[in-house]
Amino acid sequence: MQFKKIIFIILVLGFLLLVNYYVPRRMNPYLFQILILIGINIILAVSLNLINGFTGQFSIGHAGFMAIGGYTSAFFTFYFGRNLVPSLTSILLFPWLAKSVIFVSALILGGTLAALAGLIVGIPSLRLKGDYLAIATLGFGEIIRVLILNIDAVGGARGFADIPGYTNLFWVLFFMLVTVVVIRNLINSTHGRAFLSVREDEVAAEAMGINTTYYKVYAFVIGAFFAGIAGGLFGHYLMYLHTNSFTFMRSIEIIIMVVLGGMGSITGSILAAIIFTILPEFLRVVKDYRMVMYSLILIILMLTRPQGIFGLKEFSLLTIRNIFVRKEQVAK
Amino acid sequence: MSLLEIKSCSMHFGGLKAVEGLDMSLEKGELVGLIGPNGAGKTTLFNLITGVYYPTAGEIIFQDKKLNGKKPYQITSYGIGRTFQNIRLFQNLSVLDNVKTACHLHSKEGMFSSVLRSKRFEEEENELAGRSMNLLKIFGLDLLKEEKASNLPYGQQRRLEIARAMATEPKLLLLDEPTAGMNPHETQDLTNLIREVKRNFELTILLIEHDMRVVMGCCERIVVLDYGVKIAEGPPEKIKKDPKVIEAYLGEEMT
Ligand SMILES: Nc1ncnc2c1ncn2[C@@H]1O[C@H](COP(=O)(O)OP(=O)(O)OP(=O)(O)O)[C@@H](O)[C@H]1O
Ligand SMILES: [Mg+2]
Repeated sequence: MQFKKIIFIILVLGFLLLVNYYVPRRMNPYLFQILILIGINIILAVSLNLINGFTGQFSIGHAGFMAIGGYTSAFFTFYFGRNLVPSLTSILLFPWLAKSVIFVSALILGGTLAALAGLIVGIPSLRLKGDYLAIATLGFGEIIRVLILNIDAVGGARGFADIPGYTNLFWVLFFMLVTVVVIRNLINSTHGRAFLSVREDEVAAEAMGINTTYYKVYAFVIGAFFAGIAGGLFGHYLMYLHTNSFTFMRSIEIIIMVVLGGMGSITGSILAAIIFTILPEFLRVVKDYRMVMYSLILIILMLTRPQGIFGLKEFSLLTIRNIFVRKEQVAK
Repeated sequence: MSLLEIKSCSMHFGGLKAVEGLDMSLEKGELVGLIGPNGAGKTTLFNLITGVYYPTAGEIIFQDKKLNGKKPYQITSYGIGRTFQNIRLFQNLSVLDNVKTACHLHSKEGMFSSVLRSKRFEEEENELAGRSMNLLKIFGLDLLKEEKASNLPYGQQRRLEIARAMATEPKLLLLDEPTAGMNPHETQDLTNLIREVKRNFELTILLIEHDMRVVMGCCERIVVLDYGVKIAEGPPEKIKKDPKVIEAYLGEEMT
């Protein structure tokens, strides 16, 4: 069993390496960039879904966590990581291996700091509910942005330039898979049921022995960690960071993905992240009316499917099978 | 030593004395009825015992542990389970997941073993599903395990609430009007079931009930509240004839 798992993981990693080798060479750079952004947005949407969808805590601060992760990891690679490459290469033999080690450490550092921020933001969520919590997290995101804007070491208002371009398709897909698998596995465990029970009915959850306080903060910490990772991937892809990328509109974009994909559906978030990364690009055609069209599409979607594309359900091959099986049964 | 001891407990909401200077105790293995007119403070007493409210005065002691100031989830972990007067199921979860969720306290699944799907995790998860299915079987809900909780008819939702409370493995079970809204047949079935479960799981039960037939029929002892004060206590025959109780229930039938 464990052995099979390891083989499977090795196969997946091999596949990612192949993809990482061929796709950038064959694809035009514009489409490639969209592909990278889709991966990053999937990480953001799925991690926010843990907080908003599964645990029912309305957060509008996801861009803040992303910013913390992005700037922290970029700070690390810019000031230390780059200089470590030669000495690390002498130990690890290959420069790419040295860079990977440094990059992953930087991402994890960024994620950890974002998680720490999640811990701090999680605490007001114990007292605040619904709209009030939303406003508090919104405030948090803006505070982070303004703070970063005033730190000269990360470029301040000029933006943070010359970040090493360590992000490639492999790492984006790798962390996307890690995020999805971790959150999916967590949801299908006693911890996951605890998250859901907080969303469903806090009073009943407590009466069933669930420490709702702990699980709310827990959701913020895990969600923020992955948002931080996404921020790190983003910064090391563009090789430049500016606080304008992390305004509350960014948080809203992620919320749109979560809500329209279905609060509490991981597959819904994935699909919505894909659609809402590509859609704005298509709408470039209509130029001036782009935002109008975008808003219209959102309104129509909300009116026709308020529960999101998948609602609370997950999409799998089994779902398709079930549809057919049910039809057969009805036919009988 | 009593299982649960309530010592001159009060709960005031501003000027309203929902519970006032209440003394009461439960012995292990008892099935005690808690009755009283609407607004007498019965549900408030449940909320005090389970830590939803902190009493404004007095003490509550369960198995030598003082419950005052403890969080509801801690109190549940000491072995007190409950149901709610206004059903509070996890509406969007399946029947089975409702019960599995309540197994949380006794689950040994760690975060890392859950994420990595270790063998121990799988075993634990199977064990937990088995335990939950067992409870569903007892409450006659096993065939509905995949159904969304909110889709169940009212009577079955009430049963599911009890099954869910049982999953926390309580020693003391607090039931708030478990037969409310049920027809006489369903009521009879549930009453029998409660007695059977009590026997098999060696439970102590405190039962709030408006249906006098149920209370008089299955409780060994009855406590009567009125305006937050205990006005009578004793076996059903004595309560039936108590003038104070009859006065409190003036106009209501006591058969
Ligand atoms: N959170 C609260 N804030 C203010 N007053 C409350 C609160 N909870 C209960 N009360 C009041 O306390 C009194 C007792 O209420 P409680 O719900 O305990 O009555 P009950 O005996 O369960 O009645 P019923 O048979 O109708 O369920 C009522 O007057 C109620 O309005
Ligand atoms: Mg009541």
